[in-house]
Amino acid sequence: MSNFFEKSDVSRKEAESIISDTLQKCDDGELYLENSKSESILLDDNKIKNSSYNSDLGFGFRAISDEVVAYSHSNEISKNSLKQSSENLKSTLKSVKGTYNHEITKSNKKYYDNINPIEQKSLNEKIKILNDVNDYLRSKGDKVKQVTANFLGEQKSVEIIRSGGETLSDVRPLVRFNVSVMVEKDGRKETGVYGVGGRQSYDSYLKDENWKSVCDEALRIASVNLESKPAPAGEMKVVLGPGWPAILIHEAVGHGLEGDFNRKKTSAFHNLMGQKVASEGVTIIDDGTIDNRRGSLTIDDEGTPTEKTVLIENGILKNFMQDRLNARLMKTRSTGSGRRENYRHIVLPRMRNTMMLSGKQTQEEMIKAVDKGIFAVSFGGGQVDITSGKFVFNCTEAYEIVNGKIGSPIKGATLIGDGPSILKEVSMVGNDMMMDPGIGTCGKAGQGVPVGVAQPSILINKMTVGGTKL
Amino acid sequence: MVKDQEFLETKASYCLGLAKKLGATDSSVIVKNSISETVNFRNKNLDESNRSDDLGLSITTYIGKKKSSISSSNLLNDNLNILIEKCIETTKNTPEDEFNSLPDRDLFAKEVKDLNLYDETHIENNQKIDYLKKLEAAASKDKKIVNTESSFTQNKSNFVLANSEGFCDGYKTSSFTASSVTVAKDEKSMERDYEYSSKCFLKDLDDADELGNLAANQTIRKLSPKKIGSEKIAIIFDKRIAKGVLSTFASAISSSAISRGTSFLKDKVNQKIFSDKINVFDKPDMLKGLGSRNFDSEGVKTDTLKLVDQGILKHYLIDTYNGKKLNLKSNGRCGGTSNLYFENGNINFKDLLNSHSKSLYITETIGHGSNIVTGDYSVGATGFLIENGEFKYPINEITIAGNFKDMFQNITLANDLEFKYATNSPTMLIEGMVVAGK
Repeated sequence: MSNFFEKSDVSRKEAESIISDTLQKCDDGELYLENSKSESILLDDNKIKNSSYNSDLGFGFRAISDEVVAYSHSNEISKNSLKQSSENLKSTLKSVKGTYNHEITKSNKKYYDNINPIEQKSLNEKIKILNDVNDYLRSKGDKVKQVTANFLGEQKSVEIIRSGGETLSDVRPLVRFNVSVMVEKDGRKETGVYGVGGRQSYDSYLKDENWKSVCDEALRIASVNLESKPAPAGEMKVVLGPGWPAILIHEAVGHGLEGDFNRKKTSAFHNLMGQKVASEGVTIIDDGTIDNRRGSLTIDDEGTPTEKTVLIENGILKNFMQDRLNARLMKTRSTGSGRRENYRHIVLPRMRNTMMLSGKQTQEEMIKAVDKGIFAVSFGGGQVDITSGKFVFNCTEAYEIVNGKIGSPIKGATLIGDGPSILKEVSMVGNDMMMDPGIGTCGKAGQGVPVGVAQPSILINKMTVGGTKL
Repeated sequence: MVKDQEFLETKASYCLGLAKKLGATDSSVIVKNSISETVNFRNKNLDESNRSDDLGLSITTYIGKKKSSISSSNLLNDNLNILIEKCIETTKNTPEDEFNSLPDRDLFAKEVKDLNLYDETHIENNQKIDYLKKLEAAASKDKKIVNTESSFTQNKSNFVLANSEGFCDGYKTSSFTASSVTVAKDEKSMERDYEYSSKCFLKDLDDADELGNLAANQTIRKLSPKKIGSEKIAIIFDKRIAKGVLSTFASAISSSAISRGTSFLKDKVNQKIFSDKINVFDKPDMLKGLGSRNFDSEGVKTDTLKLVDQGILKHYLIDTYNGKKLNLKSNGRCGGTSNLYFENGNINFKDLLNSHSKSLYITETIGHGSNIVTGDYSVGATGFLIENGEFKYPINEITIAGNFKDMFQNITLANDLEFKYATNSPTMLIEGMVVAGK
């Protein structure tokens, strides 16, 4: 736990009184303090290319009056700096006449341990694993031409001080281990990427040479792509594999169900609450409470405990994801979805672990049901235009399906669909729900936050595949 | 006020001194301060104000051929002592890499020209609010516009880059940015689009009315889009999308991608990669340029490069480390390009639209579909169907795909280049791409 005032010329008591004074008559607001330590160790081109360490300390001071948010941040925790921020906030919100909402849910549940993953493994051990990864992959044959592997570790301590001195805090570990491999055959080059991670120590993912399975998966994807042929272009049936392909859910409906876009009525979903937005059998939740997952949080960045929020239940739209501001303006409650990348940024309603739950069918049944289509197993990333509802995601491993059988691998292609209607095109939901391996980062308004996704295999009746073969 | 040169230099030399004392054979440090003030409006009302004051430092230490780095936002000497000690420890434990070193001494920038990158003017929040009121009034005139969001940011930055070879320099920069995002609605659809202006000097910023009008018009014309069938068709990229083709080109000729062998443009220097008429420049000393600089992020001088001459690739973008690996001298491109642009073509915009009886005009792409290893390209797109030079109707939910190796050879450029971003292209036509739709 960080003591943010230890080396500062401002005491906790003085800070509390500046906060209470500033937020008087505001509807909401807080001082958010953050101390993060992170490391990155990168092996590339047979060498340790980079070992770096970052230490970041700062505060963000927020005052809210009705719909207006005033925010000021600095990396100097001092009396002067806090007072200047306070003046900035007051000058924006000239005539405030609200009543501060002191209500905030409490919970004692924790979803990860208070550890510092960076300190739990020595630099030499990490370097050794990276070198072992390189040797292991390069021993797999001449076709391996390039190996990149890296560790990213972080410990972030946050503290939220509200008007009246109420204080909420959290210490969040986060690690990630990635491997990227490039292979070459007959002059053709392809890459495969795989990684694992979450909110616990590196050893939870890497003990007993577990890293070998990460390498194997990256190499497998690269090798499959060496044999790939041009992807088809046009509308067709698409079977998605379980796990990481759930970024479809994240892009197609997740963003559109965030509270801010719906309060502003700029989401394609804003007038669909209580209506059928997906096929029967489709249930989607956003869950911040799964132990040690990348998208999990004990409390969000406003201090609200996270929860399991049902977004779509059996096809019907049930809830949006809310932070305190949008919840108040939409006359509902925060779902513990208020997040920010760091103290430099304002809070926005964001996803945590977004999951489609299992149904009854098997993946075999889905493949059998397709005459002409594609089977997409692995993805790069995605993006959505929440207003028009159109979203894309990029396949990194996919196969054609011909007459109910999986055929040749196809080149990476972008798939495009329409968020509000795509889930009505889901005609089978698999019994094989799987979480992603813990590698997702979601971007919104220039802020990246770690997230997770999960889904079973699904069959989509119609999606546009952006290949080059007509 | 941003911290002055003296403050930044004092911090920088403290770090260099301490690193040397603790055993570093070489070191370099960047100290930067950046202050931004933003006001956001939504539906003609104040929505958010945001002030950020960021001070940060990043130091790299070398012990022989071993290297490591740290960065921190806490510049108190107590904290720096702990961090630099940690950095030296890490350096000792990091394996050697024969290519690690500071730049060659003769490559450091010697003179720092005044490129007109800093405007003293301070715009108060009240003045920002006046600008945004005017902008939002223009943006929301039409009844079809159902939501407007706009933003005005002033940024002032200062930095110092110093190293143990005696290089120590830096300068102030400023930017003023206004943007407008509008949402339009009709019975069938809801669409969003934007317009924005960013300049080093406040007085050069686009007029508020003009910005609001453009954003609104660009949004309204997207209403009631259709989906078209899959076919091979000529694609015209609006300037704001065409510049992305240049960005991909820049990533593919970065010395890191070349030395790692992960670029489709490896070994292509002195070969024809674009059609004859294509010339590409990277010009760092443009006055008031959004990508202008006096030296790169290692302190190496930056000259103007003609990267592509009549279709032929002439240079990679080289930094010190990858240069040594490739046995080439750094050309001052650590941190990437400066003001990168395609030279104008010799056909006007109208004639470009008219050059095919049917084409697609693309105004937005989504997704990260550029693969610089293979050159494959596939993204989601929004735009308009063009027939006989006329905008017929808006289209969406399509993808466009091809391979950069072919696309580069099939580019025709209009003569309407503007310097609106750091990377700029005239309107661009590419033949032979595949559209996937219905």
